[in-house]
Amino acid sequence: MSALLALVRKDLVLYFSDRRALIMSIVAPVLIAALFGALFGNSDNKPAQIGLALTDLDRSELSQQIVAALRADSSFAVVDATEAQATELVRAGKVPAALTLPAGFGSQAGQALFGIGAKPEVVLRYDPSQAMALQVVRGMLAQHVMQHVTRAALSADGPVFAELRERTLQSPGLPEARRRQLGALFDDVARVQGAASASGNGGFGLAVPYATRELQATGARPERKYNSYAHSFVGMGVQFVLLMGVDIGIALLAMRRLGLWKRLRAAPLSRATLLGSRIVSCAAIALFSMTVVFGVATALFGMRIEGSLVGFVAVLVAFALMTATFGLLIAALGRTPEATRGLAILATLLMVMLGGAWVPSFIFPAWLQTVSLAVPTRWAVDGLEAMSWRALPLSAAVPSVAVLLGFAALFGALALWRFDWEEA
Amino acid sequence: MLEAIGLRKFFGDRVAVADVSLQVRAGELLGLLGPNGAGKSTTVGMLCGLIAPDAGHVTIAGASIAANAAAFKRRIGLVPQDLALFEDLGARANVELFGALYGLHGATLKRRALEVLSIVGLAERAGDRPATFSGGMKRRLNIACALVHDPDVLLLDEPTAGVDPQSRNAIFDSLEALKAQGKALVYTTHYMEEAERLADRIVVVDHGRVVASGTQAELARQLPATDTLELELAGAADPALLAALAALPGVRAVRAAAARGNLEDVFLALTGRQLRD
Repeated sequence: MSALLALVRKDLVLYFSDRRALIMSIVAPVLIAALFGALFGNSDNKPAQIGLALTDLDRSELSQQIVAALRADSSFAVVDATEAQATELVRAGKVPAALTLPAGFGSQAGQALFGIGAKPEVVLRYDPSQAMALQVVRGMLAQHVMQHVTRAALSADGPVFAELRERTLQSPGLPEARRRQLGALFDDVARVQGAASASGNGGFGLAVPYATRELQATGARPERKYNSYAHSFVGMGVQFVLLMGVDIGIALLAMRRLGLWKRLRAAPLSRATLLGSRIVSCAAIALFSMTVVFGVATALFGMRIEGSLVGFVAVLVAFALMTATFGLLIAALGRTPEATRGLAILATLLMVMLGGAWVPSFIFPAWLQTVSLAVPTRWAVDGLEAMSWRALPLSAAVPSVAVLLGFAALFGALALWRFDWEEA
Repeated sequence: MLEAIGLRKFFGDRVAVADVSLQVRAGELLGLLGPNGAGKSTTVGMLCGLIAPDAGHVTIAGASIAANAAAFKRRIGLVPQDLALFEDLGARANVELFGALYGLHGATLKRRALEVLSIVGLAERAGDRPATFSGGMKRRLNIACALVHDPDVLLLDEPTAGVDPQSRNAIFDSLEALKAQGKALVYTTHYMEEAERLADRIVVVDHGRVVASGTQAELARQLPATDTLELELAGAADPALLAALAALPGVRAVRAAAARGNLEDVFLALTGRQLRD
């Protein structure tokens, strides 16, 4: 037991004696998590506007109403431009999308609403690297166009309405009974629109027939908003602890090269003591790092453990053990520190990315989300998030803890199996 | 004290050590000589339990590693060829760490750490980190780490590689003191003059096999003998006299001073002059 403690103490002294590395192991995740948290933003923050270059070739009353509506929409930062300028702005990446309302839009759109004549062609140019913006522009454009075109089309004193009434009622193949019914419909619309105009309410158009009430479903206390830093600190904490595990595995390979491993093995120590001490010290260092990183997140960035504290600690301990055995596996499979470092970091970054530490895993394709369940970091991130901002009970931590301990056992067994105990 | 019988080790199809037997008594230093790749380090690895032999066995005072590995290892101190030190721990912390691994603790551990640092002349630098030491000081600390648990047998694998003459002499003095205390020492080296100075007996290995063993005198006698007539002159050698002697029938060479084959001659005669790496 004293030998195990001596080895653990040695690892801890060596870790804490390298002040520069120690500070960087804390500062780096905090800085990057702060940056990620700010980038993804809290829901209370004003969302970034989408730049939209607008070209109105029609200059009709209807097209100007639509342009005004788009300009008033807080989703967009509208830039007036010629068609050539708008194209160049998109190509240069200055705005993600450009919209051109063609000449004749005003007259054609109202008729096209009732299937009369050709549809006017609205041109939407977009930056393929910002395809998400296209969806927003398309949706908002449909809303504004429908509202203003239907208002114009159904306005009794408007030219579209009069022309439509005329062409419908004079349609040669229309049965007489049907003609009378449609005439009555147009008369009713004209009467209602006229009454609305007389009362000063103006005409009406089609609008989205519902309102939404958006509520965050995040924590036990509804008054507490989602904190994007909680996700970024969980992700970066997981990433840097895993990288620390890689360093510890590489250090074991360096010990072999320096002859230290030979000397340790010459001592009357069991394999369990030799490898167990590495697991204990690595897990202790991982726990220390995570505690400091989450401490900073709590003190400076408002992160809170809103679920079970016991569950949060249990996930941390399980993840720390998994990290320790992961480091041991690297030492068992690696041959030289140089050759092993690159591969180990690549594997780690893949695990971190698939685990949803950089961006939430729900944005992955379905197949990748399924694959990510086979990655331990996914369970660590999910478990820590469940216990922090998702405010879930202790029972929600159990699957993560169980899977992480399972991975720890698997990595540990593989490391024991593959570890090269003999060296000439 | 230490006895190895019929040690054999294969790495894949390659024979690293074949039927090596040796014996070291208390208070004796055995020189284990051989070119690079001869099997010295593998033999040392088997002697201290790092490498399991494919055949043969090692005992210390009659006890084998199979009977009680921990007890066996406690009686051995290994000085590896590499500077196996934690550069960022102090000298005393290094020694205390290795002492703790052998079961020492508390005041005993602290006392022993200072004792062995004194033996190797590093007591004044006990608090300093090896990273600040010269090569010779690191070599001495390397030895101190192997001595802290007071082993009966000390295995030294090229312990003076790259050190200056002063540190080498200091190491030699320490080893002679340990011999005088009754320790059994096995010393591998490339340097023949080291073996000549320190070794009571010598085992020469090549291609994994023992090719010669014995005292220096016994090994020297293995060289082909040539009869030498020594003349003690009353004064300085006269070149004319030497020329006249050389001209006598049956005389191959005349030298002003008699020369005998040294240990290096023996070593090279046994193992050849071809470079191994």
